[in-house]
Amino acid sequence: MTSSTCEVRAGFMPLVDCAPLVIARELGFAEQEGIELQLVRETSWATIRDRLAVSHLDVAHILAPMPVAANLALGPLQIRMLVPMALGTGANSVTVSRELWQGLSQYLDVADFDAVNALRALGRVVRKREAQSLPCLSLGVVHPYSAHHYELAYWLASASLIPGAAIDLVVIPPPLMPVALASGHIDGFCAGEPWGTVAATDGNGVILTTNSQIWQNSPEKVLGVREDWAETHGDGVSRLVRALYRSAEWCDAIGNQEELATILADDRYVGQKTEQIRPCLARRLKTADGELLPVEGFLNFASKAATFPWTSHALWFFSQMVRWGQVSFSQQGVEIARGTYRPDLYRAALEPLGIEIPSANAKVEGALKIETPAGSALGQLRLGPDTFFDGEVFDPDRLEAYLEGFKANDSL
Amino acid sequence: MLLLCGTHNMPAMAGQTLHILIIDNNRLRASIIEEGLSDGGRVRVTVLDETAQLLRRIVEIDPDVIFIDLENPNRDVLEHMFEVSRAVKRPIAMFVDQSDQASIEAAIDAGVSAYVVDGLKKERVRPILDTAISRFNAFERLKRELEEAKTQLADRKVIERAKTLLMQTRGLAEPEAYALLRKTAMNQNRRIAEIAESLVLAAGLLGGGEGK
Repeated sequence: MTSSTCEVRAGFMPLVDCAPLVIARELGFAEQEGIELQLVRETSWATIRDRLAVSHLDVAHILAPMPVAANLALGPLQIRMLVPMALGTGANSVTVSRELWQGLSQYLDVADFDAVNALRALGRVVRKREAQSLPCLSLGVVHPYSAHHYELAYWLASASLIPGAAIDLVVIPPPLMPVALASGHIDGFCAGEPWGTVAATDGNGVILTTNSQIWQNSPEKVLGVREDWAETHGDGVSRLVRALYRSAEWCDAIGNQEELATILADDRYVGQKTEQIRPCLARRLKTADGELLPVEGFLNFASKAATFPWTSHALWFFSQMVRWGQVSFSQQGVEIARGTYRPDLYRAALEPLGIEIPSANAKVEGALKIETPAGSALGQLRLGPDTFFDGEVFDPDRLEAYLEGFKANDSL
Repeated sequence: MLLLCGTHNMPAMAGQTLHILIIDNNRLRASIIEEGLSDGGRVRVTVLDETAQLLRRIVEIDPDVIFIDLENPNRDVLEHMFEVSRAVKRPIAMFVDQSDQASIEAAIDAGVSAYVVDGLKKERVRPILDTAISRFNAFERLKRELEEAKTQLADRKVIERAKTLLMQTRGLAEPEAYALLRKTAMNQNRRIAEIAESLVLAAGLLGGGEGK
């Protein structure tokens, strides 16, 4: 099937969504494609990017906006990356301290993770603190170029809780979030699983809402590949994408959850107890009452085209980079963002498998209110819902108009 | 394995005291760096080994240079600080245990100012720091000169186009067209290229123009 063995050094962070890489190695999906996959656990996203830049790594499990930011030359080191596939959607939550929860719960009838009610309650707590001249609440995000940052800011700003003015956002790496929350350095955080569950289990945190409530089936991690590595490794990218796709399908199967939890719990990977990892895989989160509540669409490894690199996702991230002043708008920037995600490479790798692949490269984000049939290779693909909690839509072809829509709100 | 980042306002090489911050949980390694830096004189060293409130502490300490372990999870916090402070680029030196030619080349391409392969010794710290800063400054100067050259070229092009427009629409000779641009620029206290650019843009919007 394959000519020679291709060595791949892959970086990852200790999070549940590193599973496709771990399983590709542990269960032989990589080997079947002639890939010798070496996994390197890292402790921060900046280090993953820097190690890619200096060729210590070839590919990485990376925050979905980071390759876009790298190609826009944001950040201290120059590196060009391409994204031939995504590594799942969702698996993030917003977790708050016990103390903040006490304040919020006065305004919440039920603890059901609803993003609209949670935001209304948060808005009232913030205004009350302002009236009492208390310091700004401070929420942790995992990196400036992360879906967590953009989704949290999007959610907060819609209630005029403008980051930097009404509420502080600070960067803390995911594994340190529970400690930062317990020690009172932050009032809450937005991070990938298992870290919300860890904080909720150790008693210092309460899960308030999820990113899937803010934007359903929203992008999260991708496979970031060094452009020069892709150029010099022939069909290496195709083989790796096939291996990871098979692995992601395995991770999504309900019957494999227990085995997956056990493997991820290992010290070489996530390094947390299986009890902390199981709820996320079962698409359940712990409420304030201690109940494990199912969360619709909380996590997808493969289903609903969760591995497809939609260029509309790259462009939404670009729109938020512009919105929050990380980069200025330019047509060139639009082209760079769009060109970073490579559905063409995804198709080239996966068409031979005869699987469902979306026919389009981009979609109008937020347009699917319910699960809907979508144009695809075999005609059986169903996508969505992909709505934003406020009902807005993002048409990637009308990016400037979309940005215009935020101006009045954000300048308050 | 360490990474070194200068922060804002990198001081000139000669004569000034550098304030250096070392963020490392490994006390032994931090002390090697500290000794190595003190030997060279003209430095003030602060060591932080706790991670709490890092961003606030860095802002308070306000260092010229930060040493941080590449493996330290607070690399992401620094990244945020650089974004907040809006400073442009900084010299970066990397100390690595072992490496191959490809990594070294990639590091240089990526903009690492000094890439040190055989580990960390105290007598090497200061020279490497100096090398990183001077290489970075030289590189930045080259880049700035290139940018300026590019801007000048672009300026010349747009001024030419504006002159042609004025000559066509107002029937001016070339020296008069240029004099008009210059006078307008002086009156409005702007660069000639800026006036030329507005003129070209306005002509485009009004459908006037180059074609006629």
